[in-house]
Amino acid sequence: MSKKADGTDPAVHIWRIAPTRRDLAGCVGWAAVLSSIGVGSLAFIRMMYPRVLFEPPTRFKLGKPSDYARRTVSSKWLTAHRFWLVRYEDRFIALSAICTHLGCTPRYLPTEDKFKCPCHGSGFRGLGAGWEQLGRNYEGPSARPMERFALSLNERGEIVVDKALSFRIEKGDAAKQGAYLPYA
Amino acid sequence: MAEEEETQQEKTSWWGTITRSEVWRSIFRHGYEDTYRNRMLQVSANVFLHLHPAKIRRHALRLRFTWCMGGITFLLFLILTVTGVILMFYYRPTGEYAYHDMKYLQFDVPFGMVLRNMHRWGAHAMVITVWLHMLRVFMTGSYKPPRQFNWVIGVGLLVLTLLLSFTGYLLPWDQLSIWAVTVGTNMGRATPLLGHEGPLAELTGVNARFDARALLTAGRVVSPATLLRFYVLHCIFIPIVASVLMIVHFWRIRKDGGISGPL
Repeated sequence: MSKKADGTDPAVHIWRIAPTRRDLAGCVGWAAVLSSIGVGSLAFIRMMYPRVLFEPPTRFKLGKPSDYARRTVSSKWLTAHRFWLVRYEDRFIALSAICTHLGCTPRYLPTEDKFKCPCHGSGFRGLGAGWEQLGRNYEGPSARPMERFALSLNERGEIVVDKALSFRIEKGDAAKQGAYLPYA
Repeated sequence: MAEEEETQQEKTSWWGTITRSEVWRSIFRHGYEDTYRNRMLQVSANVFLHLHPAKIRRHALRLRFTWCMGGITFLLFLILTVTGVILMFYYRPTGEYAYHDMKYLQFDVPFGMVLRNMHRWGAHAMVITVWLHMLRVFMTGSYKPPRQFNWVIGVGLLVLTLLLSFTGYLLPWDQLSIWAVTVGTNMGRATPLLGHEGPLAELTGVNARFDARALLTAGRVVSPATLLRFYVLHCIFIPIVASVLMIVHFWRIRKDGGISGPL
């Protein structure tokens, strides 16, 4: 084949329409290299999530239901595990003591019956608001209610909390299984 | 006449014997005569200096224009690398030892206090100078074509500097660092798609155990596992990535028309 007027030779031009065996080998080679890197990267990311965490357990026992008086907010677990155990006439609720504004620990003020955050003044509904509205944000900068942890009874009749499982009443979780412990 | 005398003297001196030896000339391929060719070769034949231009404009040395902020930042990076490597001889990144090794460096290791403080103040200074460098580049319009890509590299380096500062913050392993990193990594909860409290988290199904934040903290809370992870990021991963970007950054200054001045 002869050269064109501009001096290029179509026979040796790098762009070909039909793939050759060499193109195929090149594709296979690059696919192998890139897929090894891809699989290696995925394996690395999985490796960064260990199967066993050396952390305090998220699930633990809180004692017998009779240890807690009706219609009270118990601060027994506040310092160690950062939640209140609230008992109503017919149920228990584990209310997370993490302010949903910036994560400080609010205080329970029994005289005003509310949870008040000392950092920026977020206020959350107390016992008197009823079990559905407990922990609902109503003053200050916080934009959502405090969360609730999963509660259950074990075979020996003790209350068990699981802090890894949380419920959000603004998403309609209040009546879900585990969001409270029915106990009359 | 005087030049001839000097060469005669050089031929007989011990220094001349060394510089004429094959070993010397195999390493240094250019002479010392003050010629344009040698001046160029001193820069272009040196692997470290060749990232720089062999020739610069006179006004490029004006401190009022450049503030030498990039240079100061790089100098601080070198100081932090040297002091950091020396600190590594004593520091063990585990929950049991980290805090005590830090105190040991401060109270007992000879020159430990000055090393730790050089590293600490150098780190603070580098964060400041890297911002000032960015300010200068912005104010002088030095991000404009053909230097756009170097601005992008620079933004990457700025982020890496802040990440180095953040990861180094945890290493003293005292209350301040643990809670600062707790607050800092808590922002990772709000990552779109990848954070368990972020938008669209339901879509990807991430939770507190498996999300962007857990990748950083190696679990649900800041723990000794986090310390080790931050240590590796701080001492190995981020410095290597930053060094590669710095090489590109310096090289592109030359390729994009030199430091400062109109094009």
